[in-house]
Amino acid sequence: MCADKKLPKTIEDIEVVVHETDFLIIGAGNAGCFAAIEAKRKNPDLKVTLLEKAHIDRSGCLAAGMDAINTYLKKGKTIEDFIKWSRSQAGGLLREDLAIKVAENLNKPVEEWEEWGLPIKKDEDTEEYANRGKWDITIQGESMKPIIAEKVREYGCEVLNRVVATNYLTKDGRVVGAMGFGVRNGKMYVVKAKATCIATGGAAGLYKPYTNDGSGSHHQLWYCPFNTGAGYAMGIRAGAEMTTFEMRWCATRTKDFNGPIDTISVGYGTPMINAKGEKILQKRYADMGGDAAPRFIRANAPMEEWMEGRGPCFVDTREMSDEDIKQMKTDYLNERPSYVLFLAARGQDLKKEPIEIYGNDPYIVGGHTASGYWLNSEDWSTTIPGLFACGDVAGGVPNKFVGGCAAEGLLAARGAVEYIAKLEDDIEIDESQIEAEKERVYAPLFRMINEGEGIKPKEMEERMQRLMDEYAGGVHQFFRMSEEQLQYALKHIKILQDQVKYLVANDLHELMSAHEVIDRLDVAEVLIYHLMYRKETRWPGWQTRTDYPEKNDQEFDCFVNSRKNPETGKIEVFTREYKQIVPGDRLKPN
Amino acid sequence: MPPKINLTKCDGCKAEEEPLCEQVCPGDLMTLNEDGKAMCRDAGDCWDCMCCTKICPQGAIETRLPYQLGYYPAKLIPRVGTNKIMWTCVDINGKVERFVVKTRND
Repeated sequence: MCADKKLPKTIEDIEVVVHETDFLIIGAGNAGCFAAIEAKRKNPDLKVTLLEKAHIDRSGCLAAGMDAINTYLKKGKTIEDFIKWSRSQAGGLLREDLAIKVAENLNKPVEEWEEWGLPIKKDEDTEEYANRGKWDITIQGESMKPIIAEKVREYGCEVLNRVVATNYLTKDGRVVGAMGFGVRNGKMYVVKAKATCIATGGAAGLYKPYTNDGSGSHHQLWYCPFNTGAGYAMGIRAGAEMTTFEMRWCATRTKDFNGPIDTISVGYGTPMINAKGEKILQKRYADMGGDAAPRFIRANAPMEEWMEGRGPCFVDTREMSDEDIKQMKTDYLNERPSYVLFLAARGQDLKKEPIEIYGNDPYIVGGHTASGYWLNSEDWSTTIPGLFACGDVAGGVPNKFVGGCAAEGLLAARGAVEYIAKLEDDIEIDESQIEAEKERVYAPLFRMINEGEGIKPKEMEERMQRLMDEYAGGVHQFFRMSEEQLQYALKHIKILQDQVKYLVANDLHELMSAHEVIDRLDVAEVLIYHLMYRKETRWPGWQTRTDYPEKNDQEFDCFVNSRKNPETGKIEVFTREYKQIVPGDRLKPN
Repeated sequence: MPPKINLTKCDGCKAEEEPLCEQVCPGDLMTLNEDGKAMCRDAGDCWDCMCCTKICPQGAIETRLPYQLGYYPAKLIPRVGTNKIMWTCVDINGKVERFVVKTRND
């Protein structure tokens, strides 16, 4: 439908829709859906509302499907085993208090998903889920998002699709809902809520992807390109404490498609080799555990090989059986079907030609690394009362993946339901914040109408991505950065933040794109502060400082946290102590 | 360029309030052109997730990879059933492969 017919011409034209609810969840992906269902189970009388930028049936990371659950506690495995493994994979840094609670809840959502219709392979002899790796099980998850969306509706939750959240509603330092706009109808949405849970996922598109040729492949990313860091940005603007942004998710992906790699390497045990045919992990990283080396080592290994002149690198599929190759392609059809198309478009016979691998553009994603909101492990609340967080936007628990994000949905909902039960007062909203947000949100539309020209969202996005790539350790710089480069990036990110007043939007889709870039600039700024603060190299690849190439445990064996002071607008960076609960060497998996 | 619309097959999902491809696209990229046929606003912003291709009741949408990444004319065509998808893949040399993927428990 022609969107521009519905475009408001003046600020008075904007219709404001007010919803009142008990529990608002922003983002109806995996974590948000589980939060909604759990809230209804805990208290069926609660009104639960989900705000979704896309459509709940196919939104977020699981839009295309998924072929594995990477964190499932199998028979014989303990929570302690899981923490030790996850901790070592993350270079020894994770919130153990949070991770233990996530581990306690890992299996329930997966088993429920199966009950609701998700096909999961079973071992014929044991009747247990079929193994894919130590913690991984293979699923046939093409429809796992529609399956859980049906359950959300069945439980009687309200879903507002195609509404882009832009900022929280606040009252006396408390979050009391959120504001946003309808990308289909142009209306402003004000949702007042007793408790709010943010579940918008991580941030893609901060860095320039190497697949971007100027046309045609801007979004050839591994992480969902429509997760643009809105939840982080809203939290930053509201003064929420954030943790560990500097632990970026840079991974080994299939070259030129940015497809998942564990499907091949973990699922089928194919070795990673360089151009000389050497098994990289076994040859160069034996002391770090070889094939079981921490994730950041595996992520960085092919890029190091390239730097040393031993690229391109591959996962060697040439020894795979015909059945395994067929099965592996079937796995891909469950998660990223277009990868099978990619192999066909290369005319590639995997028995003769191995699959090329490379690093991806860095993402901020709390389901894989530890970036996100700083949480209270009692109830999954953030540092702002009334606001809870789960999934990729929540910090502290790396390697939680799909299962862990779902588990966090349960945990955040339980915290929120208890919080709601204790509330006494009704919420009165200061209307002036709605007016101010209306002006901020629709400014790019009115600038186009009144001025007729300005900066297009994509132009600003590309400027930001180039800056981050070249000066803040992007894939073209082999993830490396220095103080001077970061200072340069920061200076220009601040210029861009000042220039958002020139953004123009021709329609509601472009208005969404404008806010996606505004949000990403706020995330990028905080990210640079975190990268500057950690004057060491803790996770080569994820965070490589050429000026501080060594790890410095004396100063930095701790969390780096930040908070934008809403009064001064300054980003304050500080540390939080590491608290070990599970004994043992934090760098060893057992 | 992803996704490619067969304008003869596409009927704009006339019976629906909003065409199905527009309903599901996670990137808000699908819409109707002035002739009431599906179009992608910006092919470069497509994730190639194939949600539109799988849901189209007319089989009018084909996902094509950007040429910069993959050669012409490979095809991957889904036939969506209640509990499974039958995929047909044709590579640039004309080699055909078929796959059956279970999507829901029976």
